Amino acid sequence: MQIALADYEAVVGLDVLEELRVIAERVRGRRLQNINSTAVGGGVAEILTRVVPLLRELGVEASWDVMKGDDAFFNVTKEFHNALHGKPGKLSEEMLDAYRATTEMNLRMMNLGDDVIVIHDPQPAGLIAAKDRAGRRWIWRCHIDVSTPDPSVWEFLRPQVERYDAAVFSMPEFAQSLPIPQYMVAPSIDPLSDKNRDLDETTVRAVIESHGIDPRRPVVTQVSRFDRLKDPLGVIAAYRLVKRRIDCQLVLAGGAATDDPEGQQVLDEVRERAGQDKDIHVLLLPPFSDLEINALVRGSTIVMQKSIKEGFGLTVSEALWKKKPVVAGAVGGIKLQVIDGTTGFLVHSPEGAARRLIELLEDAKLRRRMGENGYRHMRQNFLLTRHVKDIMLLMLAVEHPEESIVQLG
Amino acid sequence: METCKPFIFCTERRLVRLTGRKARSLAELVRHMREVSGASIFFHTHHHYLSHHFERPVVFNDFAIWVSRALLQRALAERLAAVDLLEFTTIRQLRERFIALIEEHLASSEDVDLRAPKGEEFHFCESQSFIMPTGIVAADAREFFERLPHLTTISLFYHFFGARLRLGRATNDFSAWLAEIGEGGLARKIDALNPYVMTLDQMKMKLIRMGRSRRRLQDADRAG
Repeated sequence: MQIALADYEAVVGLDVLEELRVIAERVRGRRLQNINSTAVGGGVAEILTRVVPLLRELGVEASWDVMKGDDAFFNVTKEFHNALHGKPGKLSEEMLDAYRATTEMNLRMMNLGDDVIVIHDPQPAGLIAAKDRAGRRWIWRCHIDVSTPDPSVWEFLRPQVERYDAAVFSMPEFAQSLPIPQYMVAPSIDPLSDKNRDLDETTVRAVIESHGIDPRRPVVTQVSRFDRLKDPLGVIAAYRLVKRRIDCQLVLAGGAATDDPEGQQVLDEVRERAGQDKDIHVLLLPPFSDLEINALVRGSTIVMQKSIKEGFGLTVSEALWKKKPVVAGAVGGIKLQVIDGTTGFLVHSPEGAARRLIELLEDAKLRRRMGENGYRHMRQNFLLTRHVKDIMLLMLAVEHPEESIVQLG
Repeated sequence: METCKPFIFCTERRLVRLTGRKARSLAELVRHMREVSGASIFFHTHHHYLSHHFERPVVFNDFAIWVSRALLQRALAERLAAVDLLEFTTIRQLRERFIALIEEHLASSEDVDLRAPKGEEFHFCESQSFIMPTGIVAADAREFFERLPHLTTISLFYHFFGARLRLGRATNDFSAWLAEIGEGGLARKIDALNPYVMTLDQMKMKLIRMGRSRRRLQDADRAG
């Protein structure tokens, strides 16, 4: 079902929509062509699926095209992806040839627009070669964590990135030394998606009880894939310290890790560590469990995200949006979301986490206050509507690269 | 009372620009502070006022927060946090004050070589602002207060913080206009508000209340 802009009014308020309409007046009728490398699956496709129709409704002629590539090409770009994440990469000349050949093929086949072109992530970055004949403004939108990129891959990409009119990253930490303007557009959550939309209490309770969780006792939940960087064992350690004082339950919910061989091993360790404790619920959820995850979070008393390393950590946004205080590791994008002592607590150890959990479990008023703050923080800064706003501002920004204050009469 | 020049309420939309500059030590921080744009200094001392308006601000400048969290230099952090932003009417003065405080600390402290842990660097950002009229206009003081409830906090931010520091005006836009149309008393009252110790929502409520009490006084005058 297509979600319309007006549907957001009930959740974000009329003023936010009015704000979008005011900005839209300035970009109405302009063309904005998005190009990425996959139509389904992955965060970028998810964002474009939502954002493009909303932009169109606002009067921007937004479109979305997917570049074509064969296995060899995607093997190379997967290598790019990992290397940009910091894993040392080795690119052979043959691999680079495959990348160039696919780029060439797409340059011949694709219908490139004549206004603003947004290229998402490294796969289609080479399309900038068409800058002289298409697109008035080119923007490279990098969605991945490039805080410590492998130099060899970044140096291959850099000359291409430098030809763009602007680059866009998700966090300040990802900024590079580049001669072109760089912008930050933070990720966002969609308040109307199955993962985030409002649920009635009966549904929440039904899901909670279906997993054998007792809705009358406090529930501490961490939603994340079974990965050492999410520190599930640290979460269990914190829970055990809390359990000595307060009778609570722990839910560790995550998807099956299909592309991560270590995932199974971590899951086994988690199960072993949980042992016979009936109050620890390790839930391996199938793909497309969005509604279920939504209900689990809504049915929780506190949400944890005790990550050791994190890109942005959208699970934190999802919990804060549901008015849950969050106890989380002070890493990556979590620090933008959990304002220590205001929307939750930032911690560095299982002991620290346990202390904060006890503090919150003992104090319903504090939980309510933090939950309310978190919800407002999300509403103001991390919803899809803000994302749409940023994209429209970006269209304006590339027209005024030198001005820090742009007067639009 | 003159009604020659209407007040045009504007609003500001902002995008965060990344400078690619980062600091791991106080010396690096100061070096970049000297070189970054005024928009960057403004951003790091003001963006919290716009992005969080749920609680009373405690420490709302990034320099103080970073020095406290990443370098654990509590005394310096406290001094940076205590800088009274209302004292300044230009970014240049503000920049110099922060630099002076840090340099003073570097000259007297033994921990000058402290470095932030990896991943905890200070990243310099700046904002690019797009100013546009909201379509809300007031011809006189009565209309001005009638329109206030319809104003967004972003618009309030622009007329209060942006006008003074970024555009170098001596006071906020509301006071400047009210003084111009012969409402000097109201202008001074609004100018006396300290926007740095309250949230934008609280500020808006204060202004609305000011309008209400003004109307009550006028009604009483008429009745009397």
